[in-house]
Parts: sequence; C-alpha cells; structure tokens
Amino acid sequence: MNGSILTSNAYLRSDGRKGIRNIVSVVYLVECAHHVAREIQLPFREQGVHLLGFSGCYPNEYSFRMMRSLCTHPNVGAVLLVSLGCEGFNRRGLLEAIRETGREAELLVIQNEGGTRSTIQAGREQLAHMLQALEQTPRSAMTIDELIVGTVCGGSDGTSGITANPAIGRAFDQLVSENACCIFEETGELIGCEHIMVSRAATPELGDILNASVAKAARYYATLGHGSFAPGNADGGLTTQEEKSMGAYSKSGSSPISGLIKPGDVPRTGGLYLLDVVPDGEVRFGFPNINDNAEIAELIACGSHVILFATGRGSVVGSAISPVIKVCANPETFRNLPEDMDVNAGRILEGRAGLDEVGDEIHSLITRVANGQPTASESLGHQEFVLGYKSFEPIGPTCHPTYQ
Amino acid sequence: MLSAIRLFPTDNVMVLTRSLEAGETIELGDIRRTLQNPIGLGHKIAACAISTGEKILKYGAPIGSATAPIEPGEHIHLHNMKSDYLPTFTLDEGREFHHTA
Repeated sequence: MNGSILTSNAYLRSDGRKGIRNIVSVVYLVECAHHVAREIQLPFREQGVHLLGFSGCYPNEYSFRMMRSLCTHPNVGAVLLVSLGCEGFNRRGLLEAIRETGREAELLVIQNEGGTRSTIQAGREQLAHMLQALEQTPRSAMTIDELIVGTVCGGSDGTSGITANPAIGRAFDQLVSENACCIFEETGELIGCEHIMVSRAATPELGDILNASVAKAARYYATLGHGSFAPGNADGGLTTQEEKSMGAYSKSGSSPISGLIKPGDVPRTGGLYLLDVVPDGEVRFGFPNINDNAEIAELIACGSHVILFATGRGSVVGSAISPVIKVCANPETFRNLPEDMDVNAGRILEGRAGLDEVGDEIHSLITRVANGQPTASESLGHQEFVLGYKSFEPIGPTCHPTYQ
Repeated sequence: MLSAIRLFPTDNVMVLTRSLEAGETIELGDIRRTLQNPIGLGHKIAACAISTGEKILKYGAPIGSATAPIEPGEHIHLHNMKSDYLPTFTLDEGREFHHTA
C-alpha cells in the first residue's frame, strides 16, 4: 500500500485483498441447477446478492479456474454453491478453495436436499445468515495502487475509436502513472495493429509474445470464418476487422505494456497488461468469447474491481461481481439511451469536451464508484454473467517481466 | 464547415462528426459532391481520389483495401473496400452477407 487513497471504506478480506463491493454470489454449477439458484437469489436481488454459474455438465480446467478466481474475487464476501449432484464440476474442490481464503462458503446439492422446493428454502435461509454476517466485514483504506481496472468495448461504431476508447486510454495512462493495474483485452480485436502494439512492450521478448497472441487470434478467427465483428459495427460505420481493431486498441492508452496475462491471472504489480482471451492449441469449443459479458467475466477473474465499457451503438449490460462504467462514444446514442450511460464521451465529437477532460471525468468517476456510488447498470439491476469452455497453457515468466 | 475530421495527417479518409442527409453537399477544396443517400455519424468519406487496390488509411494505419475506384467525398464502406484479414459479416433487411476479405 503506497499511494493516494482511493477509498477509506474498502472491504478487507482475510487473504489481504481489498474489494469495493461486498456481494454474496449464488453459483449454479450446471444449467440443471440454474432455476433453483435463481429462485434462491430472487428475494435478495436488491441486497447485493448476485447470480452466476456455469451451464456445462462436462468438467473443464479453465472453467474451474475462472470460477475459483471469481468466487474469491475481493468484491465477493460469501458464496453459496448450488449443484444438481451428478454434474462434472468439482464442487468440493471449489468449496474448499473458497473456504481457504477465509470466506464463508456453503454448498447445496439438490439431489441430497430433497429437490427443488426444499433446496430453495435452505438456500434462502443460508443467504439471510450470510448477509447478516457480512455486515461485520472489516473496512480498510485502499490506495489507488491496489486498484485493478479492466476495459472492454462492445457495440462499437465509427465513433468508438475517436471518443470513448481514446478517452479511456487517457484514464488508463493516468492510472498507470499512479501504479494502478490496468487490463485491456480481446486479442481478436487487435488484429491489424499488432506491429504498433509490439513497440510498446516492456521487453523485446514480451513483444514477441504479444505478437504471437494476436497471430493466434487471427488464425483462430480465420478457422472459424468469422471475426469479432457484428452487423451493428458495420451499421455504425466500421467496415473491417482491422478498422475496429485500431479503435479498440486506443483503449490501452500510451503506457508501456508490462505483461501478457490469461483469464484468472491476477497481475502482481501495477502497470498495463494485455489479457489474452483466445484459447491455446487447435480450435475447440467454438468462438473464444460468445459475447461481451464473457470478456467482462474474464477481466473480473483477473481481479478487476471495476470495468470501463466503451460503447457506440449502445450496450446496456452490466455484470455480476464488479461495477461496469459505461462510456458512450456516440452523442446520438447518449441522447437515445441516457439512463444506461455513465459518461458522455460523444460530446467530444460535438466540440464540447476534449479527450483529457473526459479521461479525467472517467478517472474521478472510478473514485466515486469505489466509494460506493452505483453505476447506471448497477442502478438498473444489470448482473449479466457468461462462462463457457476454453483451454489455455499457463503463462511463463517472460509474459510478466516486470514481476521478479 | 465540413462535419468530418481527418484523424491522422496521412489518412485518405475522414470520419463524419454528424449524420448527413441526402441532398447535403460535401465540399473538399474545389470539389463539391451532393449526397444521393444519407450517411451516418461515424461513417467514412474519401479525403481524396483512391484507386482500386489502394490501402485505406485511418488513424495513420491501413484498415483494408479499396475494391473500386473512389472519388473524393464518396462514402467508403462495404461496397467499395474490404478487409485485408477477415471477411465482414452484416445483416441487411434480414438477408445475411459475408463480404470477402
């Protein structure tokens, strides 16, 4: 802890990490337990109880690692796992991993609890108890160099790369200069700008790794025959993947790139990190991320306390676990969906603000959100969550050269 | 005043900072071009004449190649440029298109 105070009211976890929210996660471990988990959560939805889960019945190392990272995220105070009973997810392993961090965690197995109705009843009793216990969570000062911020763009259009994305880049530059940790992602949306990006790597070896991660994404998407590009991107004036990439890339700002991480890796030092979201090995399991929320979940699994979401067409999503700040690139969209947006970066196009000014606005909003102010999507009850199948090789020391 | 910005000095495209209606005129130096169709905010227009196969430059970087000769002030989109990497997928009035890379 060394830096200016972000908040004096962070939630101190027994593993030493600090959160800016104190939520309870209800987690279904297979789609067959989804309804029961949702019914357990429903009466507590306004009280900081979030629903997340994994649909698949087959076990997968990546999904387990993601779920462990998410359930032990510093914004999470307690966890209730809901299992059907016969699925492949390692529920005991997850339960123990959560308890090892000192968090309260409970497991309900529907097939052992007497079915739907009795499991819902038992789960609601557990939640009431957990919420009461969470009121005693110790509070602590948290400095800006303990903060992790992730950024994503979704529903991009021709304005995203001119206003919201570079304004987030300015906020990132300021945060990195304060030794906070900033994460940008989606290597598939960096296709075409890898050569520019590599020159910012902290070491030449890291540069090679960044280049290889984008080449991997290009191969992956070429095999699938479809890039990270939606029809709305074209309606909004974007014509090609590489044009979208150049705009997306500007979210990273201009700081040196300190390392490359994969989903679930929490950076150990401040700086700017690229999150490699495209699986290793041959193409398996389909699209790397089936929508924006799959990327947001990965940023949160890397420890992001808060997410900066740039949108041009107007995405309305939020997320389970961490607050999402929506930075609207397009002034027409901002007027169309004002309640869903936190920052109007579109006024840059109308000559009513500069990039630095909007960057400062984003930075100060992060501070207010860290101090408890709800974001637009939090106020509207958004808690989207998606997790699928992937496979990754672990990162090596050259991926994180600034950490010895 | 033209409601478009050139993001980087070497770019051969400009980006519209407001939506333009059909019938509006784009002025680029001596060239005047009256729009046949509306063009939305954030879309690109040619800053100069561009020949077939030439790189389209935006942010100072290539974002694809021209697939037809393009006149100054003309709308640049899927009908006259393509990706150098991946095809672009669009939905147009319920019909699906895969634009080739």
